[in-house]
Formats: sequence, structure tokens, C-alpha cells
Amino acid sequence: MIYRFTCIVCPLGCSIEVEMEDGKVKEVRGCTCPRGEEWAIQEVTNPKRVVMSVVPVEGGALPTVSVKTAEPVPKEKIPELMKFLAKLRLKAPVKVGETVAEWEGIKIVATRGA
Amino acid sequence: MFPRIPMLSYDVVVVGGGPAGMAAAIRAKELGLNVLLLDENDYLGGILPQCIHPGFGLHYYKEELTGPEFASRLAKRLVELGVEYRTAARVLEIRNYSDLEKVVIFTSPSGAYQAWAKAVIYAAGARERHAFEIGIVGDRVSGIYTAGEAQTLMDIYGIMPGKEIVIVGSGDVGLIMARRFALEGAKVKAVVELMPYPGGLARNVMILRDFDIPLYLGHKVVEVRGKGRVERVKVVRVDENLNEIPGSEFWIEADTLIISAGLVPSVKKLKALGVEIDSATGGPVVNDRLETSVPGIFVAGNSLLINDLVDYVAEQGELAVEGAKEFIENGGIESRKWVKVEKGENVRLIVPHYLSGDRDVYLYLRVARPMEDVELRIPEIGKRMKLPVVKPAEMLRIKLKAGEIRKAEKLTVEVVKA
Ligand SMILES: Cc1cc2nc3c(=O)[nH]c(=O)nc-3n(C[C@H](O)[C@H](O)[C@H](O)COP(=O)(O)OP(=O)(O)OC[C@H]3O[C@@H](n4cnc5c(N)ncnc54)[C@H](O)[C@@H]3O)c2cc1C
Repeated sequence: MIYRFTCIVCPLGCSIEVEMEDGKVKEVRGCTCPRGEEWAIQEVTNPKRVVMSVVPVEGGALPTVSVKTAEPVPKEKIPELMKFLAKLRLKAPVKVGETVAEWEGIKIVATRGA
Repeated sequence: MFPRIPMLSYDVVVVGGGPAGMAAAIRAKELGLNVLLLDENDYLGGILPQCIHPGFGLHYYKEELTGPEFASRLAKRLVELGVEYRTAARVLEIRNYSDLEKVVIFTSPSGAYQAWAKAVIYAAGARERHAFEIGIVGDRVSGIYTAGEAQTLMDIYGIMPGKEIVIVGSGDVGLIMARRFALEGAKVKAVVELMPYPGGLARNVMILRDFDIPLYLGHKVVEVRGKGRVERVKVVRVDENLNEIPGSEFWIEADTLIISAGLVPSVKKLKALGVEIDSATGGPVVNDRLETSVPGIFVAGNSLLINDLVDYVAEQGELAVEGAKEFIENGGIESRKWVKVEKGENVRLIVPHYLSGDRDVYLYLRVARPMEDVELRIPEIGKRMKLPVVKPAEMLRIKLKAGEIRKAEKLTVEVVKA
């Protein structure tokens, strides 16, 4: 199995190929730096993303507060996390940077105040 | 003038409370200027409060923030410094009586005002291109939004604009909206891009793979059909001259069409002042203090040119206000000679247009088409910079030293094969 993608670690945007065999990385081709290689390997073995959404808030100037995960979340867990976020309800006041919830040990942080 | 309209008086009035305007107002206060900041929205931050994704501030704050976080840092500083600002204050007109006498006329919930200023910083951002502008025809149905409208609905008001989405345009804005829809459980059926390459940054193009969203390059949406609500959109392939290829059309079923076809600097009030406009940027022609062709009217942010990074926007706000201070203190921005900046090979746009050679400057430029292994050259001063890749989606920012600029009569910037 060969995965192809454009590296996003820096603006160079190298075209990287990662060759996998039996679930293990066999070869990484096309990157010009070790950071890119590390990223590419993580991208195929355990991709993670910072996730953002909005949560309804009562009593704020705007009807929602925007939130993000304090750290990147494994990609395949994102739908589950979104379901959790969809059920959240907050009450003003909320401060930027405040932890408004926790999900499987990952902090959910407000990025907009209310 | 309007004898009944209350009169206020300032050194500088800043029009627009986005990152450009806020950074300008903060810097103005730090420089000891008497400043007023005006924004027509109910909140400060411009478009940042609705851009809830990360990707802001890596240069300016050396930290990756979301749009609302970036905006709240600036707003906090603004309040700490005691900068005078008004929200829900819409600027209707700017008048230019003389170099050090401008009047900014605005309305607000407490009435109409005229604010006198010695200099004005115009930071009103950009507007989005809409469906008509890109030649989409068909039924007049609900369910057609610009990306910014959809983003505001979703990320400020918490309302989903639709369930089955087609997005026109693969720039960063379109791609980021694709992710937001997909994350919130909508089905993004396609991103349709006119050009043969994606318009956004690589990190955003990756979103499509994350959510298995089809990307149609070299295609355009030409028609929308539905009864009351969008039901389907017609897509057609284009050739290398962007002409439609007969017989290549197909329909995609969707209830929502999102137009993300680029931004245009918002310059109406500048045009009314007689400010000279650059047809390549859509913004005004400026010198290296970001002063327009009308003395004392400065511009920054997306009103100057469409920026992809908020960091540059804030930097431009600060630069403009430093120019305003010089303007006020010296009764004008003077230069022994203005060095004109010309566009050479594969340079689509470049700002600023005139350099004084009195100070180091950043040139902001975009290429016309993607290229690899290139050199950015300015032959007049023998400057050469190697660049492994250039893309229209990524604005280039290069620094020139005052000494380098002073040597030349004009500067031609070109991007050519190394
Ligand atoms: C969807 C999207 C995603 C983006 N993602 C990123 C990213 O990941 N990273 C990044 O660095 N940048 C990103 N950007 C770019 C960045 O957000 C913009 O470049 C920046 O916000 C522009 O700032 P501005 O101050 O020029 O304009 P704006 O933020 O548009 O602010 C202009 C303000 O002027 C006000 N105004 C206009 N006319 C008047 C008037 N007549 N009277 C009073 N007020 C007026 C408006 O209400 C508005 O508040 C993104 C942009 C968009 C649209």
C-alpha cells in the first residue's frame, strides 16, 4: 500500500510517498527534511487533528461559544468527539482559554468568550 | 458641513475593527496619537470571530491560534490601553477637506456623528464575490450562500445552512468550509474548482482527503435548479482556456450551494474620494507607508490587497499608522524620489507600488501561475532569491533594505526559472 500526499510541515510542500507493508512503514520517499518524514509517518500510522466546533451558550452576547481541543485528537475518534460536543450546553460567563469540558482526558477549551 | 451633527476631533480615525484596524488603533495609542476606531458590527474582530479553525498568528504571536483567539488578544490590548472605539458605528462617507483635515461621517445607535481627523486609516476588509459575478444562472431558490454567510450562520449563530453541499471554489475559505460542514455531519458532495490546480494551501487541501470529499479541478458550476430550495446544480468541464467543453455537463443533487469564489477589497469609500485603484489587487495604489494617492488616507489589511495571513494584515495596520504619525508631524509624507515597483515575469500583483528608500520595506506579491525551482529577481539591484515552489495561493513577502531601494530608478520584480 502506497500513500501519497503533499507535506504541510512547511511551505515547500514536498510530494511524499509512504510505502506500507503489513501495517508497518517500509519506506518514505520524497521528503527533504526529517520533520517531514516524521510527519508523514504519523500521518499514515496515527493521524491526529485539532478539532473545532461551536457550542450553544445561554446569556452571552452571541448565541454560541467557539471551542477547540487543547491537543490533537486521533482522526478516527473525531466523529465520536463531535457527538459529545453536540450535546454540550454552556452558560455565560465563559472566558477565552477556559476549559469548558473534558472528553477522554482531552480538554475542550473556549476560543471565544461569552 | 452639518451644524446639527455632533463633532468629534482626533488625530487618527480608523475605519474597520478587524485585525488591520485593531492593530492600527493599538499602535496609534502606543505612539501617543488621539485615535478613534469605528466598526459597523456589534463586536470587534472583523471576520475573525467566525473563523473558528486554527491557523492564525504563527508569525505575529509565534503561536497557533484560532481566529476568535487572535481577535480577543488584540481586543484585550485595545481595552488595556484605553483605545476609544465604537461598534455598531457605520461609516457612510469620508471627506477630504485638506491634507490635515478629514471628516469621517458615521451613524451609530445614538445618532449621526462627524469625526474630524488629521489622517484616516481605512481598514474595511473585503467583500465576497457572489453567484451572479461568476456567471451562475438558474432558479431563484434559497440555499445559495457565500462562504462567509454560511460561516457566520454556523459559527456565530449555530445554525446549519444545509445537509447536502456543493462548494464552488477550492481556495482556503472553500476548503475550510468543506471541513466545517463535514465535521458537523453534512455531506459535502463536491468542491468544484475552475482552475486546473487547487486554490488553497496544501494543509487545507488535505482536508478533502480527511473527509473523502471529491474535488473537480478544471470544472465550473453553471446552473442551479430547484423549487423553492436548491435541488441540483449543473457542473461542466472547462478546457485550458477555461471555455466550457460541450457535452461534458453533469448534475449533482444538493440542497445547498456555497460560493467561495474569492474576495475583493472593499474600496467604495476610497473610490468616492478619488483614490487611485490598482486593477491587479483591486485595492488602492500605495507608497511604502501604505498611503493612498490622496494624502493622509492610509489603507491596511484586505482593503489594501487580499491577504492569506492575518499576521501580515496586522503588520500592515501598524505600518499604516506609523505613516499617519509621520504625516501628521511633518504635514505630509515626503520623499526625495519615489522608486516605482513594476511587475515582471509571472508576477500577478505587488504592493506597495512606490518606495521612498527611506526605510526598509516588505513587498507583498502573488504569482500568476504555479512554478517549481524558481528565482525571484530584481535585476536593477541584482537581487536574487531561490524559491523551490511558488503558487498563486501563497502570498510571498520579501524584505528590501532602504539602501538597496535608494540605488535604483525603478524596481522590476520577476519570478523566473532558476
Ligand atoms: C474563511 C477564512 C479563513 C481564513 N483563514 C485564515 C487562516 O487560517 N490564517 C490566517 O492567518 N488568515 C486567515 N484568513 C485571513 C484573515 O482572516 C484576513 O486576512 C483578515 O481577517 C483580514 O482583516 P481585515 O482587518 O483587513 O478585514 P476584516 O476582518 O474583514 O475587518 C474589516 C472590518 O471593517 C468593518 N467595516 C467595513 N466597512 C465599514 C464601514 N463602512 N463602517 C464601519 N466598519 C466597516 C467590517 O465590519 C469588519 O469588521 C481567513 C479568512 C477567511 C475569510
